[in-house]
Amino acid sequence: MLNSTLSELSAALAAKKVSSVELTRLFLDRIKGLNGRLNAFITVDEEHSVAQARVADQRRFRDQAGPLTGIPIAHKDIFCTRGLRTTCGSRMLAGYTSPYDAHVIERFAAAGAVQLGKTNMDEFAMGSSNETSHFGPVRNPWDTTRVPGGSSGGSATAVAARMAPAATGTDTGGSIRQPAALTGICGLKPTYGLVSRYGMIAFASSLDQGGPLAKSAADLALLMNAMAGFDARDSTSVERPAEDYARELNMNLTGLRIGLPKEFFAEGVDPEVLARVREAIRWFESQGAKTVEITLPNTGLALPVYYVIAPAEASSNLSRFDGVRYGHRAKDYTDLNSMYRRTRAEGFGAEVKRRILIGTYVLSHGYYDAYYLKAQKVRRLIARDFADAYARCDLILGPTSPSTAFPLGAKSDDPVQMYLNDIFTIPAPLAGLPGLSIPCGFDSKGLPVGLQIMGNYFAEAKMLGAAHRYQQATDWHLRVPRETAL
Amino acid sequence: MSLTPDQLQRIALLARIDVSAEEAQGVAERLNRVLGMIDQLQSVDTQGIEPMSHALDVVQRLRPDAVTESDRRDDYQKGAPAVEQGLYLVPKVIE
Repeated sequence: MLNSTLSELSAALAAKKVSSVELTRLFLDRIKGLNGRLNAFITVDEEHSVAQARVADQRRFRDQAGPLTGIPIAHKDIFCTRGLRTTCGSRMLAGYTSPYDAHVIERFAAAGAVQLGKTNMDEFAMGSSNETSHFGPVRNPWDTTRVPGGSSGGSATAVAARMAPAATGTDTGGSIRQPAALTGICGLKPTYGLVSRYGMIAFASSLDQGGPLAKSAADLALLMNAMAGFDARDSTSVERPAEDYARELNMNLTGLRIGLPKEFFAEGVDPEVLARVREAIRWFESQGAKTVEITLPNTGLALPVYYVIAPAEASSNLSRFDGVRYGHRAKDYTDLNSMYRRTRAEGFGAEVKRRILIGTYVLSHGYYDAYYLKAQKVRRLIARDFADAYARCDLILGPTSPSTAFPLGAKSDDPVQMYLNDIFTIPAPLAGLPGLSIPCGFDSKGLPVGLQIMGNYFAEAKMLGAAHRYQQATDWHLRVPRETAL
Repeated sequence: MSLTPDQLQRIALLARIDVSAEEAQGVAERLNRVLGMIDQLQSVDTQGIEPMSHALDVVQRLRPDAVTESDRRDDYQKGAPAVEQGLYLVPKVIE
């Protein structure tokens, strides 16, 4: 049961082979057994989860169950949950309980899913290794001396170690796809605007997007059917008819044009990662797909653009944490200004402060044009690269991350080294485009390698379809880490 | 571009984050590494390129100017560090 896909769990619940209470307890026990070692969850409230499972069982009894009714799902601790604390991985919100639910949480509640707990994450989603969390680092179940990636590292580890059948996450520059790759699971960053940001604590609003993490592409499609949808409370939510993200799971790969950006297969990428990715591409070719060499010439500029735009937006978004309306307030201060300054010095960790300071700098008088405006212009060049590329291909394939999971502490001293983990995941969100990561094998250390599948705006169903076809022929996505064997 | 200690303190003040004298050097060093990386942008020719402020080209939705929310002030103030009679308390601003 622990290694079952969502549709298998759904079928077992429908056939009354298992109740939601039993299923929820099964995963709660698994969390209890593993969380001390992996630190994937910040908050677990067994009573809260079991009470929701009871409601789900009653709903099934009344024949009002949908595909996700009774299925326990873990939520990244960036989504506000009424009655269950929401920390965003920060000391600033360590004691915070939201008075309302995020739209994503409401959608899963409406579907009858059970909240399994809140997962660990880099503080305010700023990090690529889950080491910036106030609640300590998450460990990678494939090798507990290594990082799981970030910022949705708790969600990724929870799914990889089978502590949860699925989880939610958010992606600003790779925070769903990179940890999915490093832990051997699947993660989708949807087109900007598909999943409401209401109740999702803001980092960089023009980039932030919620999405699912799960074992398989078919599971991601089921989760997207629940998560995505118009919400008037998010001013950037896109208004389009509801779609079934599972509709292309049986797509024909013959004639599919796969773009291979030469910048993604360049020096500096771990040769073992490239070898696994190339093997996956050859499989697609064997099914009749055609590969096209393409170029995304401004790929190398995505990192500097991102580290102007994301910190700029963060410095503005995080100004709300002032010790007045919610969260931490310093004990000792002399006046209002010193209360703000001390509260924020104590409440934020080093990486969050760094990004707020960078953002403040690039937006400050005299530097705005040289940095912020310049970055916005180069951002358009990056978006144009993709527009040109998608005129020639349907999907773009490449590595998700330039390396497999690295040891804890290996990059935490040099921010730029850490940022380089996201060179292949940052371009898509800058353009607002969707990206998917699925496992495509292991390196010689036994660490998972992620294949990134990118698509044009609103091409999620096609991306998931291609991924599902690959997963029908491979079993990388069903492998369970030995350290957390079932 | 490299930050001087004075510049760092000015930015820290704007950001309302205390940076102590002991941590200042380490903070400046790391920030300068990031700013050095960002400086790559200066060499790009962006003449005639419209800045892209948003991921999708969509227009701002408008809604009728009507009351849709109920008053949940007490709920919202439950998590506040200091409130009294429905008001948020802050240190004295005007003598």
